[in-house]
Amino acid sequence: MSNIGSYEQRVTDFSWDIAKEVLNWKDDELLNIGHMCSDRICDRGDGEKTALIWEGFGDKKATYTFNDLRVLSNGFAAKLQELGLEPGDRICIFMDKIPSLYFSFVGVLKMGGVAQPLFSAFGDDSLEVRLASAGTKAILTTQKHVKKVRKIIDNLPDLKHVIVVEGNPDKMRDGETFFDVETAEKFEDFECCKTSADSPSVLHYTSGTTGQPKGAQHAHNTVFGQILTSSWVLDLQDKDIYWCTADPGWVTGTSYGIIGPWALGITQCVLDSGFTSARWYKFMQDNKVTVWYSAPTAIRSLMRDGKELIEQHDLSSLRHLCSVGEPLNAEAVVWSEEVFGKPFLDTFWQTETGSMMVTNYPGMKVKPGSMGKPFPGITAAVLDLKTMEPLTEPGEVGLLAFRPGWPAMFREYRNQHDVYRSKFIGASDDATPDECRLNTDLWYASGDRASIDSDGYYWFVGRDDDVINTGGHLVGPFEIESALIEHEAIAEAAVVGKPDEVNMEVVKAFVTLNKGVDPDDMLELNIMNFIRKSLSPLAMPQEIEYMEKLPKTRSGKILRRYLRALEWGEDVGDLSTLENDD
Amino acid sequence: MSKMHEEVLEYVIDEYVDEDDDIEVEVDTALISSGIVDSFSMVSLKVFLEKKYGISLPDSEATPEAFDTVNSICELVIKFQG
Repeated sequence: MSNIGSYEQRVTDFSWDIAKEVLNWKDDELLNIGHMCSDRICDRGDGEKTALIWEGFGDKKATYTFNDLRVLSNGFAAKLQELGLEPGDRICIFMDKIPSLYFSFVGVLKMGGVAQPLFSAFGDDSLEVRLASAGTKAILTTQKHVKKVRKIIDNLPDLKHVIVVEGNPDKMRDGETFFDVETAEKFEDFECCKTSADSPSVLHYTSGTTGQPKGAQHAHNTVFGQILTSSWVLDLQDKDIYWCTADPGWVTGTSYGIIGPWALGITQCVLDSGFTSARWYKFMQDNKVTVWYSAPTAIRSLMRDGKELIEQHDLSSLRHLCSVGEPLNAEAVVWSEEVFGKPFLDTFWQTETGSMMVTNYPGMKVKPGSMGKPFPGITAAVLDLKTMEPLTEPGEVGLLAFRPGWPAMFREYRNQHDVYRSKFIGASDDATPDECRLNTDLWYASGDRASIDSDGYYWFVGRDDDVINTGGHLVGPFEIESALIEHEAIAEAAVVGKPDEVNMEVVKAFVTLNKGVDPDDMLELNIMNFIRKSLSPLAMPQEIEYMEKLPKTRSGKILRRYLRALEWGEDVGDLSTLENDD
Repeated sequence: MSKMHEEVLEYVIDEYVDEDDDIEVEVDTALISSGIVDSFSMVSLKVFLEKKYGISLPDSEATPEAFDTVNSICELVIKFQG
């Protein structure tokens, strides 16, 4: 029997208070996600239950109980306090998926800090932009990644502490702190910060069409949305061994790779190793994974490697599969039914929404390729692109939007109130973030286009902006274009997504070169590596096209939509504003 | 070690390994499964091989397994050099 039971019944009877019932929550309890993921699980008698099964490259393995998680996260919380960090300070976590990432995330929240996880593959430019925007006070990292911090620290006056949690202590430089929580003094007790529903908790950066990435600020109240969706969609149950393949540098990796499952006291496993299909299957076989939450890019890569590899492994423990990050194509759903005996259930949500919004559910008929239906309690619609009124005819394409009011909704874009307000259709020009967030007469615009069929299933159509979704990660064209023109050979640049069989989209750059530069054989490679190192491998153009000039409007704005349409074989639309040579 | 092995190894070390890293990369060191080279960065490695050796590697052959060591990369290049 699934946790959700009947979807229709849940919609009828819904209240967010059910989340508190699932947690057996009392209103006078401490609402602190760090406490809820560790101390509270121990208090209910599950301290000796396994919290984390970790494997790294090679044969590195480690297992931790909820009591270990409690004590080790106390260690991080105490260390941060000792260094003088205070509630509300932004504390970046910048490391691979090692155990200390998970302990430190919980520890930061326990001491009242704002956890700012960042993808460890980010280069120094990407890191600098996000740390500067957040006014980050401390960064927890490893010897492997601290060199990126060293390159930029002089540009970051707010960054007072660099704490290296793994590596060789003899290689630290002046001003850096080495702290290995597993060998440091143990803290059996730590008094958690008395946070409330509205206290800031996690800060995730997400990309937009224009400008640099925006910091989506969440609060401790998000936990109620995350645990209820973990229960009803991921169907997490007490004896499950759960694997979320997402990196906590992105929101899936924290909402459903840390908070949701651990607040429910579920055993999770983590694989910190490069992707190969054989390694993933072996990991699931060895750890008897029961619930698997992954991404279409990975699923399509697994499909490519064939059924024979699956048959060489015992994956009979798997009972429930879900997917997130980009639309899951129908072929992948059909394939998973064939090879695993159960379909991947697609889930749709965003960094800003904090928890799942439109998904498929255990027990509900799956229409392969569909996003599913809105989570109970979520009012969703597809809006007419001109009138911004809900469309009523099945199959009509419009802007996917939600009525505000769910618990996990983001509280602001850090220091960008105008941008936050612009996400709410109908908000007045002087509305505060809280007035937007709590006004159920507005629509929160997702930035995605969708349609609804006659059975109420939602179907993803595409982005409503120029943001590129590559391998389930959103990449902003502006950030890449800005970095490209820093390259000595490039005069101008435009970046769009181009179709890709595995990653849905990959980055393609159109560039004009400075006078006298020849596009020789190695220039393309040189530009690729330049972006890979300064931004990230995700942002690296997978193809570069040299142009004499870029298409622009008469006012000089580069027409990305024209280039994108050419890549996708779509109608280029109205070109009346296109500059011409006459 | 062949000249090709030397060239590919040198490129991998130059592009993917920092001086400060406590990693010794040899021709049989796992690159993809160890995380030294991530799957997105494989594209730039593929471009390097194509430009350097004048070949065209189909995407279906440029798998994480085929790119996992300098040895396996060189095997792939030789296969497409005909």
